[in-house]
Amino acid sequence: MQALQSVNEFVIKFANVNGTGSASANNLFAKAIFRMGLPVCPKNIFPSNIQGLPTWYEVRVSERGYLGRRGGVDIMLSVNPQSMPQDIREVEPGGYFIYDNTKPLDLRLMRNDVNIFGIPLTRICNEEYQDPRQRQLFRNVIYVGALAALLDIDFAVLTGLVEDQFKGKDKLILPNIHALELGYQYAQEHFECPIGIRVRASDKVGDNILLDGNTALGLGAIYGGATVAAWYPITPSTSVVDAFERYAKRLRIDPGTGRKNYAILQAEDELAAIGMVVGASWNGARAFTATSGPGLSLMSEFLGLAYFAEIPTVLFDVQRAGPSTGMPTRTQQSDVLSAAYASHGDTKQVLLFPSTPKECFDFGALSFDLAERLQTPIILMTDLDLGMNDNMSPPLTWDDARRYDRGKVLNAEQLEQMERYGRYLDVDGDGICYRTIPGTHPEKGAFFTRGTSRDEYAVYTEKGEEYEKNMHRLMAKWETIKAWVPRPLETQSEQETDTAILFYGTSEESSMEARDYLAEDGVPLNAMRVRAFPFNQEVADFIARHERVFVIEQNRDAQLRTLLMAEFELGPDKLKSVLCFDGTPISARNIRKQILQQMPGYNVTPLRRERMVAGAENRS
Amino acid sequence: MSYQLPKFRHPDLPVNALGYTRADYEGSISTLCAGCGHDSISGAIVRACHELALEPHKIAKLSGIGCSSKSPTYFLGKSHGFNSVHGRMPSVVSGANMANRDLLYLGVSGDGDTASIGMGQFAHAVRRNLNMVYIVMNNGCYGLTKGQDSATADAGSASKKGDPNPFSAIDLPGLALQLGATFVARSFSGDKGQLVPLIKAAISHRGFALIDVISPCVTFNNNPGSTKSYDFVREHAEATGTVDFVPMREEITTSYPAGRSQEVTLHDGSVLHLEKLAPDLDPFDRVSAMVALQRHSAEGQILTGLIYMDKDSRDLHDIMETSRRPLNSLVEEDLCPGDKVLANINASLR
Repeated sequence: MQALQSVNEFVIKFANVNGTGSASANNLFAKAIFRMGLPVCPKNIFPSNIQGLPTWYEVRVSERGYLGRRGGVDIMLSVNPQSMPQDIREVEPGGYFIYDNTKPLDLRLMRNDVNIFGIPLTRICNEEYQDPRQRQLFRNVIYVGALAALLDIDFAVLTGLVEDQFKGKDKLILPNIHALELGYQYAQEHFECPIGIRVRASDKVGDNILLDGNTALGLGAIYGGATVAAWYPITPSTSVVDAFERYAKRLRIDPGTGRKNYAILQAEDELAAIGMVVGASWNGARAFTATSGPGLSLMSEFLGLAYFAEIPTVLFDVQRAGPSTGMPTRTQQSDVLSAAYASHGDTKQVLLFPSTPKECFDFGALSFDLAERLQTPIILMTDLDLGMNDNMSPPLTWDDARRYDRGKVLNAEQLEQMERYGRYLDVDGDGICYRTIPGTHPEKGAFFTRGTSRDEYAVYTEKGEEYEKNMHRLMAKWETIKAWVPRPLETQSEQETDTAILFYGTSEESSMEARDYLAEDGVPLNAMRVRAFPFNQEVADFIARHERVFVIEQNRDAQLRTLLMAEFELGPDKLKSVLCFDGTPISARNIRKQILQQMPGYNVTPLRRERMVAGAENRS
Repeated sequence: MSYQLPKFRHPDLPVNALGYTRADYEGSISTLCAGCGHDSISGAIVRACHELALEPHKIAKLSGIGCSSKSPTYFLGKSHGFNSVHGRMPSVVSGANMANRDLLYLGVSGDGDTASIGMGQFAHAVRRNLNMVYIVMNNGCYGLTKGQDSATADAGSASKKGDPNPFSAIDLPGLALQLGATFVARSFSGDKGQLVPLIKAAISHRGFALIDVISPCVTFNNNPGSTKSYDFVREHAEATGTVDFVPMREEITTSYPAGRSQEVTLHDGSVLHLEKLAPDLDPFDRVSAMVALQRHSAEGQILTGLIYMDKDSRDLHDIMETSRRPLNSLVEEDLCPGDKVLANINASLR
């Protein structure tokens, strides 16, 4: 039998049971590879459950620096009998299946095109440990030790990580190292180590860090000067506010008084969470909420009010598969349309699409500047894949000379010199008017905030022409916004081509990897990553320059494509869809396949039928 | 019908400590129905704020949606206002209050806005003890959509449409007491003598102060058979006692009869003077207040006046230990940890 051979380029997947401490052991594995100088991309595939259901952890190791999902599994480590039939089926021919053989594998599951390694993990634990919880926890550490031998991981790196992890809880260090050794020795004694797939120390990590997007967002809010956070717990956004609170406790305590320079309100629901943000922002604080799809739906009435009343509002949407109960622990980019046009009435909302933790941090902080500068909601669209998985990212940086852009806010002296203040008066001709904060001036600048039904001076009126005038001004502001939001990033193909790919957020890594494969297939592609809505003129120009543009996204309805068509008044022919919506991150192989199927001269099966199938499936 | 406020003011109108006349606390002319109870409440708010010599720009008035929620336009024209989303005023006040603890937050809501669509937010603002005055202009019906029963309409009460309400009523003071409210009062729009000192006391209270003001809807719910009509309320109101409010800087000049009276010093040093009429109520005891409310309700009486007050109330800022400086006044130096700290964070992530 052929065995896959590879140094530093492979996919390994761990199949376990949630609530057994597998997350920290798996993390130990990924971090060890990272510390050996190899780019890694770990992804958690976990159930909406606290204990007892199958959970997977997929790690892409790529010295070439591919950080997206590739598709396919080269090594499967399975300790969960419940998922074992599925797990062994998933292994690539020639790949490796490592499993807990305390109970022998059902013969019907055997595959003769896969290399099978049995390690009696449960038996080793039962012999070594008396405490049932220890048996469970150390089983996971033991398999990491075994992998160290099988893949030739530097054992000193592992012990160093354990020492770092348990700093301050020193008595846990030795037992963990002992468990690693148990696994290491078992593998050394029973198998020929290393196997065909192995790691070798490299220098491809540079000064990168390993960080999840939600933590980066929480830090972005700290650095961006947020003082009020209001939220309602919802997976996968919960860890944004958790991170904000964790860092605020360290970095935002007033040194003189010991009191908090921040307020976190856990609201009764998302309606209240966004209401609190609107109230705090109206009153001059930088405030934000974090939520996911169901929360976004609930917040949409307030988002309309904030749009019309022009109140800076920051919302971080960590997208997941819908609907409410849906698949809350699986990733998607499926809130794009509901966010872009959130609320009743004619509304358009500003969206930002980060694709790395560093961008989560940068855009997170930028959101507050943009919200105040543009006086409108800023909805940052991330997703579970970016938010809850560790991603390799450039380090976070902050320019200490940077000042917050508070936008057009009048102070008492400025008000004093004014004849008459008009809250919705377009003085500068850019559609953005001057704001006042309650309590600024005893006689001037106060007004009654309401959505519409008012004139430029915020005086109540139901005159149609005043309403219309205001709506035209809001469109003028929309044009102004295009110059303020992050511009798209373009990658030109070395070869002349009339075909391009366009993507956003977490589709970036897989899209760029697929682009490399497709160049080898003879399909050179220009690429654009869109980073904001409204779309800048460059997006229109890019589409215009190409014969066909594949819009790659992780939802069923091609939501960004719809948005492009609506905003640029494009016909449907030019923009083709590449979609993935099964709840796992889109893979490079899937993208390649879907593009080839739609390329003239490459498609061998009828387009329509194949497209529907391809969207639902991404493992080929 | 008048559609403009007369500009003329009597030159000798009394001014308060800030030099403002009462007219300086008024808003634009009301567009509510003539005789609407809400206008009387607006008048009481104007009087209370004028007499307390509050700086108008240090007050924020917020509301939800409905007839009641239109009324902030009709008082405190120099104050910032926010006509927000139906039933969601408490969340907007919560955020605003977190941003700047130094303003006075005056929330105005109605019975639909509070007891139906806004029930959740009302309940949670109460239990957080958000520092605000929450006035419910309670007329038992939806005025702006022409007279449907609301959740505070008493069972059996009939509005102008004639059908008795078949559902039991939500009693907001009773609910607020159960939820841990630290200041609960009920009044009647037709009794300014009682309402004005209650508003003053609510303003001085640190924490959530509810005043449920029965405020008849002259157009849809002021008919015989309604328990929210002027006549019915006048006949059935029973005051817990008389309330007199003396601001901190004023001397107490009135003399009160001995025995039944009690003085309470509020957070800001003001003094609340209570003269008890209801012998079974101790307004500083939550259980006594709950019992008294229930008993009067069972007897068909509407208990008005100060029902309960927690003298040691700690508001949300106290509970959360937030900075004494308003959060909206903090600048980069207070908020941004800088690049050096970030470098350390990066190092921990390698």
